[in-house]
Amino acid sequence: MTKIRCALIGPGNIGTDLLYKLKRSPVLEPVWMVGIDATSEGLARARDMGLKTTSEGVDGLLPHVVADGIQIAFDATSAYVHAENSRKLNALGVLMIDLTPAAIGPYCVPPVNLAEHVGKCEMNVNMVTCGGQATIPMVAAVSRIQKVAYGEIIATVSSKSAGPGTRKNIDEFTRTTAGAVEQVGGAAKGKAIIIINPAEPPLIMRDTVHCLTESPPDQGAITASIQAMIQEVQKYVPGYRLVNGPVFDGNRVSVFLEVQGLGDYLPTYAGNLDIMTAAGARTAEMFAEEILAGRMVLAPKLATGTPHLAGCGAH
Amino acid sequence: MTLRDGMHPKRHQISLEQMKSIATGLDEAGVPLIEVTHGDGLGGASVNYGFPAHSDEEYLSAVVPLMRQAKVSALLLPGIGTVDHLRMARDLGVHTIRVATHCTEADVSEQHITQARQLDMDTVGFLMMSHMSDPTTLVKQARLMESYGANCIYVTDSAGHLLPEGVKARLGAVRDALKPETELGFHGHHNLAMGVANSLAAIEAGACRIDAAAAGLGAAAGNTPLEVFCAVCEMMGVETGINVAKVTDVAEDRVVPIMDFPIRIDRDALTIGFAGVYGSFLLFAKRAAAKYGVPAREILIELGRRGMVGGQEDMIEDAAITMAKTRRT
Repeated sequence: MTKIRCALIGPGNIGTDLLYKLKRSPVLEPVWMVGIDATSEGLARARDMGLKTTSEGVDGLLPHVVADGIQIAFDATSAYVHAENSRKLNALGVLMIDLTPAAIGPYCVPPVNLAEHVGKCEMNVNMVTCGGQATIPMVAAVSRIQKVAYGEIIATVSSKSAGPGTRKNIDEFTRTTAGAVEQVGGAAKGKAIIIINPAEPPLIMRDTVHCLTESPPDQGAITASIQAMIQEVQKYVPGYRLVNGPVFDGNRVSVFLEVQGLGDYLPTYAGNLDIMTAAGARTAEMFAEEILAGRMVLAPKLATGTPHLAGCGAH
Repeated sequence: MTLRDGMHPKRHQISLEQMKSIATGLDEAGVPLIEVTHGDGLGGASVNYGFPAHSDEEYLSAVVPLMRQAKVSALLLPGIGTVDHLRMARDLGVHTIRVATHCTEADVSEQHITQARQLDMDTVGFLMMSHMSDPTTLVKQARLMESYGANCIYVTDSAGHLLPEGVKARLGAVRDALKPETELGFHGHHNLAMGVANSLAAIEAGACRIDAAAAGLGAAAGNTPLEVFCAVCEMMGVETGINVAKVTDVAEDRVVPIMDFPIRIDRDALTIGFAGVYGSFLLFAKRAAAKYGVPAREILIELGRRGMVGGQEDMIEDAAITMAKTRRT
């Protein structure tokens, strides 16, 4: 069966874990791993797994994009270089899945709004943050039943799974996640809190979601909606689990979650990283299915103007 | 002086009038620095920590213009508050920003400490739950904060678990490692009745800033009681610049009357100190105990066993529900 050929940019923890997931995909084939350090472990590992590699950054990949039929790229580098990477690859008709906090494209939380993005043939989608991927489905599960005046999420990650990028710019996490709780989750106002816990052995990612509904919560409908949404997330993150709740207390609806990773490359406690790579892979797969079915044709993005949508078929 | 910590036992409901009354009393008594924000720092207003009676902006706008000699401080926990809050505080006339992280996670404070220094603020790195780190680890974390630009480092005993020897060992090691011009501070809790003794040990080890609260109004069994500490300092010949009689009057006439319950070492506060649990978990644990029928003491011990750190208030209800389920089966 034909697969959609992909490039991964950034051979760090996220990029490598993503590579493991893509290797299993029925519709995606990872072909290139892009780095900036010829001696990096991640590039060596990718080579061992049969990928072509370059240590020249995205510029090292560009000459091969057409010949190797690359149609989807994942950016697991940093917000600072993402815009440039995206521009260069979009220009060659490559769809960009953004795992950095750059968020130049629309936020994508697969069970909530992936279908919408696929429908619009977006050329760049952003995977929000780990805390956002873990919690926004729950906010949406409540807001699709009734209006959520305020949505708050608390993500707790183990110290070992919080990388230097996250630590250096932790405000980006709180701002981006809060924004997506509103835009994707459907809360009128969003707030996000992140806690880094150094306990040993490292604790599995925990996430708490508090929603304040405008009117008294319809307990039966919200409970059913939450349970259905959990099953949707479990399709790509099997370790996504409701630990306690939903708790109803006045207009407060609280859900206590745990996210255990698959342990592909990263340890299972790092559910925060796993849910990002799993969501990225899931997003790419859904676009790939559209491309393979002929409903979406990727075309080079024009040098100026809005993303080129030519070839986006009827749905 | 931390009015900020006093927000915890008041469930963040101190009125503007009360805040102004206590702050002006402290100013008049000679207290040099007064911290005013939500108990969990700038941006702490939330379901998780409690919504305050007034916003940080409202409290700061009310207090800052009234101060005659005292400066105003604001706490900020990266992951809860952002540099946007920091700039807001600066614009309202806040002099000191204290950037607080768990004692092993100082590197999340880089952007906030850097920003505060760029704004020319008195910038403090505040290492919480210091009892969970040995002196060597604490030194590394203190150095990180100093390298980002903090001009003062606090060893913070958030759980009120340290004994004087532990305070001395930590502050002594940090003192030896930091630049001589970097100041040191200590923030204590009175859960084992060690607030004053620990603060004296901190001074001996080189601290020149000591946190205290009038009538001890603070999380768990409260902070080091300010009026007691000042009296002891005066007896020992340690200059604080604070008038003991005046600060005692503030405690008695302005703080004690607003307490929702006596700040004392009850069994739960003692458990917090004994087991080394984050102090502001106290009221949350009591509420969860009432709702789920599990003793607060057991919830607190479970949270300690799980290694919960400051800010993980969400895990209190979670733990109580899980414990209640286990009890039923």
